[in-house]
Amino acid sequence: MVMVNTIIDSIKSLFLGATNRSMEDIKSKTKDNFKREGDVKLEVKELNFYYGEFKALKNINLKIPTKKITALIGPSGCGKTTLLRCFNRMHDLYPGSKYEGSIIFHPDGINIASPHIDLLDLRRRVGMVFQRPNPFPKSIFENVAYGLRVNGVRDKKLIKERVEWALQSAALWDEVKDRLDANAYSLSGGQQQRLCIARAIAIEPDIVLFDEPTSALDPISTSKIEELIMTLKEKLTIIIVTHNMQQAARVSDYTGFMYLGELIEFDKTQKIFTIPSQKLTEDYITGRFG
Amino acid sequence: MNKKDKISDSKADIIYPIFGFIGFFLVISFLVTLIIDILIDGYEKLVDPSFYVSYPSRFPEKAGILSGWVGTTLVMAGAIFWSLLIGIPAGIYLEEYATKRGIIGKIEHIIELNINNLAAVPAIIYGLLALGIFVYRFQLGESILTAGLTLAILMLPVIVVNTREAIRRIPRDIREGAYAVGATKWDTVRDHILPYSLGGILTGLIIAASRAIGETAPLVTIGALTFIAFLPPSPFVSEFPFLSPEKAWELFMSPFTVLPIQIFNWVSRPQAAFQINAAAAGFVLLILTVLMNALAYYFRQKVRRKYIW
Repeated sequence: MVMVNTIIDSIKSLFLGATNRSMEDIKSKTKDNFKREGDVKLEVKELNFYYGEFKALKNINLKIPTKKITALIGPSGCGKTTLLRCFNRMHDLYPGSKYEGSIIFHPDGINIASPHIDLLDLRRRVGMVFQRPNPFPKSIFENVAYGLRVNGVRDKKLIKERVEWALQSAALWDEVKDRLDANAYSLSGGQQQRLCIARAIAIEPDIVLFDEPTSALDPISTSKIEELIMTLKEKLTIIIVTHNMQQAARVSDYTGFMYLGELIEFDKTQKIFTIPSQKLTEDYITGRFG
Repeated sequence: MNKKDKISDSKADIIYPIFGFIGFFLVISFLVTLIIDILIDGYEKLVDPSFYVSYPSRFPEKAGILSGWVGTTLVMAGAIFWSLLIGIPAGIYLEEYATKRGIIGKIEHIIELNINNLAAVPAIIYGLLALGIFVYRFQLGESILTAGLTLAILMLPVIVVNTREAIRRIPRDIREGAYAVGATKWDTVRDHILPYSLGGILTGLIIAASRAIGETAPLVTIGALTFIAFLPPSPFVSEFPFLSPEKAWELFMSPFTVLPIQIFNWVSRPQAAFQINAAAAGFVLLILTVLMNALAYYFRQKVRRKYIW
């Protein structure tokens, strides 16, 4: 762990050379704040989101706890993926998206819904794993190394160490260590998805967003990914969108139920699935609609 | 009623393929006949090595295609270079960077609409354009450089359209994957968009270059010669760094001829012996086209095998 930390430091010093923010400040704050359990990582306040004229998210208020797994569930079109993609501002790639309200990123206290934030820095700190495995058509090694490279890491030895670390953390190292130069598309679907997880965590983000990460996978690969997500929460804050209620119940600590662009209920997963306070949540969980 | 339908259907099933086959057979046999015909006509010249290393001459038996094939090779190299240099960034701009809003958006829209129209403009119009701009305005002369630029403009619309289509075929997921790890737009273009679309771009290049290599009209317009008895100077020298900029500039500014013009010149002569030369030169032009396409095809297969999703 000490080695990992020194590596992280050297990465950070490398690519943060341009910005003048003192990394030490943030780090010391981070250490203090992360000691306590149940700290808030993301605080969503009165968030509205528009695709052009269409209001896709309506007055969302939510506190995402640090180093826990938060699941977002709800029927198709309820806005759960839209909310997830607000956290790394993926919507900004396409014209016509508009944010109102705020999403405070703790412990820095920056508002990531503000138009003035540095999107590259945000996306480095908030990683994402997509619905379908989307490795680059490059070698396995290059896939994981890519995030380091675009963030300015040039030291080959360091990249090698980070790639190995990320692949080990994604429980993929043993399967691919002898063929790191092979094309990522030679892997199976489940391996590809774990590669995408390795790619996301290689740059040591604070948060990783999972957008229905197992919907394109078979049951065995799915359970591997679920196990992996549960081990990752020791290091990271995880937000997962899922169609699959059993999955939310199995992996998550907190669950938010969304319906028609609103957050209906947010609580501990156990409570949501046993004694939900809203009738709508109960109807959805018991399969009366959805 | 039912029976009648069935009968008419089966008739169509017989007649339609027959027509299809006849049509296909006619086209192919024309092409094969043409190739065999020029091969037979030009055979005695094609097997004569001096044909490839001689300059044109008044005497058909002494005349060769040296200046023609050298000219065609140099002009096409220039045309491919310039058209890719301008066409690929233009395609990337329209797909990735175009704002599509405000006044700039309007200009972009007009450009988009007209790129396809440009591909349909007759080649001679490009010749007139090049004569006005490159020869008279920029004083580039009736040179290899001017010819390359002229053909590049001719090829440009096809390159741009194919570049855009290749970019559009790249899955959205892959782009988002790059942005999600903190890549800038330029990182994404350089590391993903450009390499993954190279296959499609090369397809466009094959189509465009095949058309350009046979063009005569625009090159005649800008003043290509029909009779030229020397080669452009080689830019390579014996002293370090082995490449002389002055000599290279001289090369670009040299007068030239190309194979199609040479062929046209020979065909229009009354002597029967020149017809043999024309047929042989025609065959060489075909071979050059095939070689160029084979090269582009080879590179395309190479990148396609590398980038599969």
